[in-house]
Amino acid sequence: MMSDLTKLSLAEARDAVASKKVSSVELTKAHIDAIEKARGLNAFIVETPEKALDMAKASDARIASGKACPLEGLPLGIKDLYATQGVHMQACSHILDGFKPPYESTVTSQLWRDGAVMLGKLNMDEFAMGSSNETSYYGPVASPWLPPGWDADKGRSALKGDKKGLLVPGGSSGGSSAAVAAHLCLGATATDTGGSIRQPAAFTGTVGIKPTYGRCSRWGVAAFASSLDQAGPIARNVRDCAIMLRSMAGYDPKDSTSVNAPVPDYEKAVGASIKGKKIGIPKEYRIDGMPAEIEALWQQGIEWLRAAGAEIVDISLPHTKTALPAYYIVAPAEASSNLARYDGVRYGLRVPGKDISSMYENTRAEGFGREVRRRIMIGTYVLSAGYYDAYYVRAQKIRTLIKRDFELAYQDGIDAILTPATPSAAFGIGEKGSGDPVEMYLNDVFTVTVNMAGLPGLAVPGGLSASGLPLGLQLIGRPFEEETLFSVAEVIEQAAGRMSLPKAWW
Amino acid sequence: MNTTAKPSKYLKGATGDWEIVVGMEIHAQVTSHSKLFSGASTAFGGEQNSHVSLVDAAMPGMLPVINEECVKQAIRTGLGLRAQINHRSVFDRKNYFYPDLPQGYQISQFKDPIVGEGEVIVDVTPTEQIIVGIERLHLEQDAGKSLHDQSPNESFVDLNRSGVALMEIVSKPDIRSAEEARAYVSKLRTILRYLGTCDGNMEEGSLRADVNVSVRRPGGPLGTRCEIKNVNSIRFIGQAVEVEARRQIAIIEDGGKIDQETRLFDPGKGETRAMRSKEEAHDYRYFPDPDLLPLEFDQAYVDALASGLPELPDDKRARFIKEYGLPPYDAGVLVMERESADYFEEVARGRDAKISANWVINELFGRLNKEGKTIATSPVSAKQLGAIVDLISANTISGKIAKDLFEIVWSEGGDPNAIVEQRGMKQVTDTGAIEKAVDEIIAANPDKVEQAKAKPTMLGWFVGQVMKQTGGKANPQSVNDLLKQKLGI
Repeated sequence: MMSDLTKLSLAEARDAVASKKVSSVELTKAHIDAIEKARGLNAFIVETPEKALDMAKASDARIASGKACPLEGLPLGIKDLYATQGVHMQACSHILDGFKPPYESTVTSQLWRDGAVMLGKLNMDEFAMGSSNETSYYGPVASPWLPPGWDADKGRSALKGDKKGLLVPGGSSGGSSAAVAAHLCLGATATDTGGSIRQPAAFTGTVGIKPTYGRCSRWGVAAFASSLDQAGPIARNVRDCAIMLRSMAGYDPKDSTSVNAPVPDYEKAVGASIKGKKIGIPKEYRIDGMPAEIEALWQQGIEWLRAAGAEIVDISLPHTKTALPAYYIVAPAEASSNLARYDGVRYGLRVPGKDISSMYENTRAEGFGREVRRRIMIGTYVLSAGYYDAYYVRAQKIRTLIKRDFELAYQDGIDAILTPATPSAAFGIGEKGSGDPVEMYLNDVFTVTVNMAGLPGLAVPGGLSASGLPLGLQLIGRPFEEETLFSVAEVIEQAAGRMSLPKAWW
Repeated sequence: MNTTAKPSKYLKGATGDWEIVVGMEIHAQVTSHSKLFSGASTAFGGEQNSHVSLVDAAMPGMLPVINEECVKQAIRTGLGLRAQINHRSVFDRKNYFYPDLPQGYQISQFKDPIVGEGEVIVDVTPTEQIIVGIERLHLEQDAGKSLHDQSPNESFVDLNRSGVALMEIVSKPDIRSAEEARAYVSKLRTILRYLGTCDGNMEEGSLRADVNVSVRRPGGPLGTRCEIKNVNSIRFIGQAVEVEARRQIAIIEDGGKIDQETRLFDPGKGETRAMRSKEEAHDYRYFPDPDLLPLEFDQAYVDALASGLPELPDDKRARFIKEYGLPPYDAGVLVMERESADYFEEVARGRDAKISANWVINELFGRLNKEGKTIATSPVSAKQLGAIVDLISANTISGKIAKDLFEIVWSEGGDPNAIVEQRGMKQVTDTGAIEKAVDEIIAANPDKVEQAKAKPTMLGWFVGQVMKQTGGKANPQSVNDLLKQKLGI
C-alpha cells in the first residue's frame, strides 16, 4: 500500500484502483481519515463514511469481476446544492432544515453510475450566493492555504475560534475547492452561476471548469439563477477535471435547457498540441487598479501559450464593463422567483405565525441569511411593475450584447480567450463585504461575462502571488468546445508546474 | 368592441337605458393524461395528493418539461376558434405566494401566447347570431386546492390539480347581455367538446369563467369594469352578469362611481361581493421562465393538426341545413353536442331527414331531459329510432302508435319491427275495414253529421271516433279521405 493515498491525483488513483494496486476501500478509508482530521476547515458539512465504504466495497467487487467503470472506486465530495437521495441537502441554508431528498440529481447519479464513491456533502455559500463561502448557514470554510506570515499554530488556534484572518477558499463552491486543495477528496462537484467554480479554484490552486450552459443537467441541483447555473468539477489538475466532466456532462430530457450533443472523451484533449490555436487577449479585462502581479501573471500565461505555438491575438469585448451590473440584475431576479418555493409549507423550516402571511414572513426571515435576503429583495425590486423595463429588460439587452461580443471574436477565428481568473489572490475571512456588498461582488468581474454568454470557462493555476498565494488564469472557449480549454490549460499547467499544495497544518 | 346592442337588450334604469358590456376569461382544463409540465396523472377525484410528482410539489432542483400533447390541444383549440396560431410563444412566471401554489409562481404565458386573435359565432337565439372576438388563448398551470374544513386550526393542501394544464381563453368585450354571456360560454363549451380539448365539465371545475362586467349609456364610452371570479355554471354566469349590472347601475344612478375591483358571485344570495380592490391587486412580476425554452413549431405542425380536426358545430349546422333541408333551429339544436349530431345522422341516413330530426329533437331529447340522461346513456339507440322512423314512413304505424312504440322500446328495449308484429300495432290500411267503421259512426250520429255539414271542422270529432273504434291503428289519411267523401265536405 502506498504511503499517502490522498496525495494521488484522480487519474493516478483511477489507474491504481483499476490495476488493483490499491483497493477502493483503502483509498476511501484514507480520505475518510483525512476528512476527520480536517474538520476544523469546515469543508465537509456532512460526512457519509458508511455510504462511502459500501460504495467502495461495491466498486472493489466490480473491479474483481472485471466490470470497472470510468470512475470506479474514486471518492468524491458533493456540493450541498446537489440532491443526494436520502442524504442531507440544504444548499447550506437554514430554510431547508432537515431536508433529505427522495431523489438524486442527474449529475451525481451519473457519477455513481460510473463507479464514483460519495464521501459527503460540501460547504458552500447559502444557495450559492457569495464569493467567499462566508454566507453558509454552517459557517465559513477555511482555506488550506495559510495567510502570509502565519505558522501552523496560529492557523490551528484560529480554526478553533471564529476563523477570522484565515483565508477564504473562494465561493460559492468554497467547500469543494478547500476539500480538493486539502486532499480530502480526489475531486468535487461544484456549480458556477457567476464564477462559483473558477474563483474558488483560483483561490486554492486547483482547477475548475464551468462547462457550456446546457452541457450538464441542472435537474436535482437547487436553482440559484436558472439561465446562468451550470454544474462542473473542481479537481487538482486539468486531466482530473476532464475525467470528471465526461461523467457529469450529457443530455437530460428532464432539463429542457440541457443540450443533446454527444459527450467527447475530454481526457483525450489533455496533452493535445495547441500549435496554431488562436488565443484572444481582451483588452477590456485590463481593469483599473488591477494589481501588477495579476498583470504579470497574465503576461506570463501569454508567453507560455506563444511558446507552445499558439497565435496570440489582441481582441476587444467592448461590453465587458457592463456585465457585472447586468449580472447583478439578472441573477437576483431569477433567484427571487426560484427561492419562492421555500415557504415553510411543504418541507424544511417552518416558523409558525398567526396566519399564513406571518408564517411565510417568519419562516423566510429566519430561514434565509442576510445575503440571500438581500438578493431576493433586489430581484423582487427589478422585476416589479414600473422598474421591469429599466432594469430587467435592459440587463437582458446587455446580455445579448455581451454574447455578441464573444460571437464576433469567435467568428474572427479565435479558439479561446485568456484572462486572469480573479482580480486578486484570496483574502481573509471577515475582511470583505461586511459594509459594502459590492466589494464582494467585484470578485466576479472576470467570470460573470462567461455565464452571461453561456460559454465554457476554466480556471487553472498560473503561479503564486508575491505573498505566496495561488493565482489563477481563466480560459474562455467556444460553445461546447471544452476540449480546447483542456488542451490549452494543460499547456499552462505544464509550464507553470503542478501547484504545490499546502501540507496539512490543520 | 364598440358595437352597440339592440335596444331590446338594454337594462332600464331610473334615469334611462343602460347597456351591459361583458368580456370573459374562460379557464378550460386541457384534456390530457398528464400535467402541463410533469408526468403526473390529471385524473379527477383521486385520493388527496395522490397525483403529485416532485415537480408539482416544487421540490428543490426540480424542472418543468413541456407536455407536447397539451401544446397540440391548445393549437387545436386555436384552430377551432379560427384564431391566429403563434409559431413562437413564451412561458412566463407569474409570481405570488399561496399555499396551493408550491413553486411560488404559476407558469403561464403573458406577452407571447400560443394563440392570438380569433372569433366565435354565438347562437343567442335560434334566429340571432352574434360574433364574439377572441383576444388570445394561452397555456398555464392550475394551482392546487386549499382545504379549510379538515381541522379547526389548520388548513391542508391537495396538490392533485397543481400543474394541470389550463387554457385561458380571453374574449373581447363583445358581449352585451346576460343571455349573450350564457350563449357565448355554451357555444365555447360546444366547440371545446367537439375538438376534444376540454371536457367542459363545469361541476368538476374543468371550465370556469372570470366575468368582466361594466355598464354604459348605449353607445357611450366604456364604464369601469368589475371582474367576477370563478363562476362555475352557465346559469350562474347569466345571473352574475345581471345582478352585477344592476348593482353598478344603481350606484351610478345614485351619483356614485364604480371602483375597479375583483368580486365573487354568491348564487345563494344572488349577489356579488367585493373580494379585493385594484390597490390590493398583486404585482405578479412576470418574466420569462428561464427553465423553459420558447415554444416553437412550424406551419406544417399546425397543418397536420388542422387536418385531424373534426367537423365543427358551425360547419355541421350549415351542412345540416343544406344537406338535410332542416330549419336552422333544428340544425342548431342537433349540433349542440357532437354525440347528438352523430346520433341524428345515423337515424337520418337513408331516411326522411325532417321526420328523423323531429323524432330526435322532440321525442328523444325531450325524454332524455326528463330522465336526466344523455345521448350517450340513451336507452333507445339510433338504430332502434331509425327502425321506428322506417315504420312511420312506410305507413306501417301511425304517428300516435309510433309514440307508444317509442315508449316500449325506451322501457323494454327490443327490435321495433318485431314489437309491432307481436303486439299487433300495425296500422289498418285496409279501406274496407276503415269504411265499415266510418259507416257505423255516421249511422250512429245523425245529429253530428248535420252539424259537420254546416261546420267542416267537426271532421276532427269523426276522425277521433273512428280512430278510437280501430284502436288507433287506422291510417289517419284514409280515415280523413273517406269521411270527407261520405259527409260530402
